[in-house]
Amino acid sequence: MSEQRTPMESTPPRHADEPLLSIDDLQVHFHTEEGTVEALDGVSLTIGRDEVLGVIGESGCGKSVTALSTMGLLQSPPAEIVGGSITYDGTELLDLSDEELNDIRGDEITMIYQDPMSSLNPVLTIGQQVKEPLLAHRDVTEEAAHERAVEMLESVGLADAERLMTEYPDALSGGMRQRVVIAMALITEPKLLIADEPTTALDVTIQAQIMDLLTDLREEFEMSVLFISHDLAVISEIADRIGVMYAGNVVEQCEMRTLFESPLHPYTRKLAESIPSIEDESDRLPTIEGTVPELIDPPSGCRFAGRCPQYIGEVCDTVEPPLETPSAIDDDDQKVACHLYDDQREAGPPWPVGDEATSDADGGARTGVDGS
Amino acid sequence: MTTDTHHDTTDDARTDGGTATATDDAQSGTASDTGPATGRIARTKVVFMRVMQNRFAVFGLIVVALLLFTALFADFIAPYEPAAQNYEALKQPPSLDHPFGTDQYGRDVFSRVVYGSRYAVFLGVVIVGIEMALGVTLGLVAGYYGGLVESMIMRVVDIALSMPALVLALAIAGMLGGGLFPLIVAVSLVGWRGFARLVRGDVKSVMEEEYIDSAEAAGLSDFRTITRYVLPNAASSIIVYATLTIPTVILWSAGLSFLGMGVQPPKPEWGAILAAGRGEIDSAWWIATFPGLAIMVTVIGFNGLGDGLRDALDPRQVR
Repeated sequence: MSEQRTPMESTPPRHADEPLLSIDDLQVHFHTEEGTVEALDGVSLTIGRDEVLGVIGESGCGKSVTALSTMGLLQSPPAEIVGGSITYDGTELLDLSDEELNDIRGDEITMIYQDPMSSLNPVLTIGQQVKEPLLAHRDVTEEAAHERAVEMLESVGLADAERLMTEYPDALSGGMRQRVVIAMALITEPKLLIADEPTTALDVTIQAQIMDLLTDLREEFEMSVLFISHDLAVISEIADRIGVMYAGNVVEQCEMRTLFESPLHPYTRKLAESIPSIEDESDRLPTIEGTVPELIDPPSGCRFAGRCPQYIGEVCDTVEPPLETPSAIDDDDQKVACHLYDDQREAGPPWPVGDEATSDADGGARTGVDGS
Repeated sequence: MTTDTHHDTTDDARTDGGTATATDDAQSGTASDTGPATGRIARTKVVFMRVMQNRFAVFGLIVVALLLFTALFADFIAPYEPAAQNYEALKQPPSLDHPFGTDQYGRDVFSRVVYGSRYAVFLGVVIVGIEMALGVTLGLVAGYYGGLVESMIMRVVDIALSMPALVLALAIAGMLGGGLFPLIVAVSLVGWRGFARLVRGDVKSVMEEEYIDSAEAAGLSDFRTITRYVLPNAASSIIVYATLTIPTVILWSAGLSFLGMGVQPPKPEWGAILAAGRGEIDSAWWIATFPGLAIMVTVIGFNGLGDGLRDALDPRQVR
């Protein structure tokens, strides 16, 4: 393992200007007794170096499946990667064998999970578990690993780290366990951290602490993060860019600020509307009518068509909209999958787009994003 | 370091449930003066404390300890050679010279029962060991890899389980011609099936836990994941099942020997002694009764210990 690592570290990254991770048209099916679930239907996402990409979407939209595919952790069967590619730092992950993948995951790509109560092994001490990735991937002595683990526990804000090393997970609270999980994930100084709803199982005060910690550590370790959540408020704290997923598709991808200022997709607009506001005095929060479509034999065309308030007829039901930058928008990082923005169509969307929208919101919005 | 090991870490609200609380309770309730106990030592202590709170288990522990002691020091405990015949004292009832009486060849039944404990311990440990090695390995592989491998292994187990145990054991022992080795093979081949099923089921449920995903996400090899994450978490039920299997194995060994398919007389195996005394039950009840009692007490003892261990090791069970 160490022989393989040395050239990677000494030479500059092979594709410095390319994204660190790019997921391209990924299609994942689950073969179940009821039928084939088309869980991911052409998901494309990119994560740049030292960038945090948030992925948001409701339960079952394929956020976690995307993360697990990247780690090569989908259970197959029932899961099957039908098509697409996942390129990490110039390497096609889907072509790697399990052993080759084991060299990357846990070392360069690590993951933290939703529920800290169950993501630690109850029969190993904290120390044994935090050391594990180092011992598995690096040629280090037991003592060196121990020292590094103590350092790591301290840098995730755990007091009395030396004693915690010999403690079992059941002596720790949820917030402390999540800190341990983060320490485990960062001990190999990964280039990419995948955080799958890391705060969902925690209560709100601890959620805030963990988010602060992640924000700090992400700068300290200069890593990219794929941050998955269903909570727009949480994601907006950390993400630079965001991908919005709906029923196995990425429906919109843009800068974090843009999502609040000028969302394009009808689903994203509805999401942004449903954030409670202090000024707003209405009794009920806006909701999106209808339910997510069954992913067994999903509707052809746009999967949001059945609930879409801007439904424009046959094209929505028959043609799957591609994820593209609309011609009215000059920022080619904002992409949307919706027929409203089709150039062939005469009428545009019923809301201002592009320059109109930004000047509409507040003049300094764009510079605000770039300058911050 | 402070004595209060579980509360002085000030990070945030405690949300953990059963196990930690149980640790605290056990420590404050029964071991307040033992100072700081953390990690492994504390856990072992908790399990031990829980076993000690169960009378049946304590009885079992004493029986098992006594059995081991007897087997180990049989040479010093037994007043006579187990095979030494004495035609001066045939079929004598229990007395001070012969606490359990003598048999039809004048052999001291007490000495024979004492030496018989060696067979019980040896057969119990060796056979359960073989069953575990076979059953646990197959169960682990089936549960961990799943899919086709699992189907194949479990179909073999199903087929094996479809044969009646006694018939299977008798057939194997008979085919191999009786004696110690055939006995071990026969009883082992009956018992591994249960282990395989149990372990496979447990591994399946452990595999659902997030820490297994996290081990895989950490890039650990299959072997390391199995030995450090899967097996230890399935261990408590394996330990309990093994403890509860030992009496079954002892009973089976004695049974096969009684039927003449196992350890052959004059070797002092309990089942064999029992078989030899069966014909004399009207005139000399003690020949068959004492080995029978030994078997019974041993079996009950192991069951008590196994039950106690199950209660102590199972955190889900409310007591």
